[in-house]
Amino acid sequence: MDLKDLYRDVILDHNKRPRNFGRLDPCDTAADGNNPLCGDQLTVTLRLDGDRIEDIRFEGRGCAISTASASLMTEAVKGMDEAAIQALYARVHEALTAAADAPPPEGLGKLAALAGVREFPARVKCASLSWHTLNAALAHRAQNAAGEVRGGGLDPTPIAAVSTE
Amino acid sequence: MTPTASAPAYDVAKVRSQFPVLATTVRGKRLAFLDTAASAQRPLTVIEAVDHYERTSHANVHRGVYQLSQKATDAFEGAREILRRFIGAASSRELIFTRGTTESINLVAQSWGRRLGPGDEILITWMEHHANIVPWQMLCERTGATLKVAPIDRRGELDLEAFRALLTPRTRIASFIQISNALGTVLPVREMIAAAKAVGALTLVDGAQAISHQRIDVQSLGCDFYVFSGHKLYGPTGIGVLWGREALLREMPPWQGGGDMIRTVSFSGSTWNDLPWKFEAGTPHISGAIGLGAAVDWLETIGIDAVQAHEQSLLTQATAALREIPGLRLIGEAADKGPVISFVMDGVHPHDLGTILDAEGVAVRAGHHCAMPVMAFFDVPATARASFGCYSDEADIAQLVAALRHAHEVFN
Repeated sequence: MDLKDLYRDVILDHNKRPRNFGRLDPCDTAADGNNPLCGDQLTVTLRLDGDRIEDIRFEGRGCAISTASASLMTEAVKGMDEAAIQALYARVHEALTAAADAPPPEGLGKLAALAGVREFPARVKCASLSWHTLNAALAHRAQNAAGEVRGGGLDPTPIAAVSTE
Repeated sequence: MTPTASAPAYDVAKVRSQFPVLATTVRGKRLAFLDTAASAQRPLTVIEAVDHYERTSHANVHRGVYQLSQKATDAFEGAREILRRFIGAASSRELIFTRGTTESINLVAQSWGRRLGPGDEILITWMEHHANIVPWQMLCERTGATLKVAPIDRRGELDLEAFRALLTPRTRIASFIQISNALGTVLPVREMIAAAKAVGALTLVDGAQAISHQRIDVQSLGCDFYVFSGHKLYGPTGIGVLWGREALLREMPPWQGGGDMIRTVSFSGSTWNDLPWKFEAGTPHISGAIGLGAAVDWLETIGIDAVQAHEQSLLTQATAALREIPGLRLIGEAADKGPVISFVMDGVHPHDLGTILDAEGVAVRAGHHCAMPVMAFFDVPATARASFGCYSDEADIAQLVAALRHAHEVFN
């Protein structure tokens, strides 16, 4: 086991200089995510064009794995529609939780750097927190949209919350 | 400590040889177990005592007339007597077996706490473990009593004057930790107990972190309740102790109802067993109690004073060594500390530290240590924490220091 499998240069770089860091104001939907076990917490804000992500930011504080994962995620999903996001997340999740001796994931680009967590089961939650939070934000948006259709109007609560535990 | 004829040098290698787990490796590296504050390892004598009981003496206690049940009862009650002697309690009627510190505090909050009402006050400190916060919050919610919190300072010491000022004639109980699990601070419990008594309040001392590091005599302390867990005292998990003054325990209503805690049961009403069994409903953790008794017997052969001197020496060495590591900041720098060092490293989240240290065979706790208000006070999401026990040695510290230097390199 080599620590460099987990703390690859891409991860250390995105931890030190997270991309798309901050908050979109106004935004179309948002969610808070937290991992009570280690105190990681982040907020994802989104601007949507239909179901396509026009812009995305995150802020918060957490370990290198959760910060880098959130940063890499925001780069990867910008411009994607929800179906593409779900397909990508399914592949990322598979990469994070594959057996330690499974072949490295293909076609994930920079996101493949996160695959090192498969050797550290305690850290998988750190890497998946941002994705859960993004999903919560999208689900929140969908609920609000459903509310609109039923004539109930927007949910006054701006922030959905998700916890990894 | 200077070795003398009457006090031979502490033989840490011999102590370590009693702990099978310390001979194991982690990811091919020597195990440096520095998480004793979360749970201590078990010596062979404890493992063997539990094993012997399971093989030769198990039956339910306080029930059968047959010999095996009597054997189990004798061993179980024998363990209670060992614990009684260990903490200097006046009577074994005052020593109630629980699942651990958390259950002990909940028992007091739910049984004794029934007498509280609106206007009554409960005083705790800012550095309590969640187990000494949440049961009181729940009690306040139920009864309308008020929870007050005594502040701490930047070094992680209690503001004793503020604690005194928060005590009022309405304070019914002051409940506080003896050694902070998150910061290592040793609280001035004697002064706190005296101050609480002066306003007529009861006191509960959470000894979870203190019990294995210094001699405890509940009568000389003068508190009303003292609680601790077996697994932090080299015993099994799932067993702990509530000590309380007999007169108080006598007045308190039973907590859980069931077998063993009753004298008679009929549909028109039931009557309660004597102390301590009134508070021990259901079949207890028999092997756990026996294992805990064996742990105390074993610890006494080494001598808890000798253990304390050894751990304090390690604490001093490790504190000095950690101060030399670039970017490392200690959280909790009280003048009087137990063998616990909490720290953070610039630019490295405690969880990343924990993983890097694990790769070097070093086991430390990384997280909020069930003390979120302490983390908030120091404005950190979490800390890494190294803690020592009777088996910790200088090689553990050297391994920790090397791993921390490596962590600093990886991230800078």
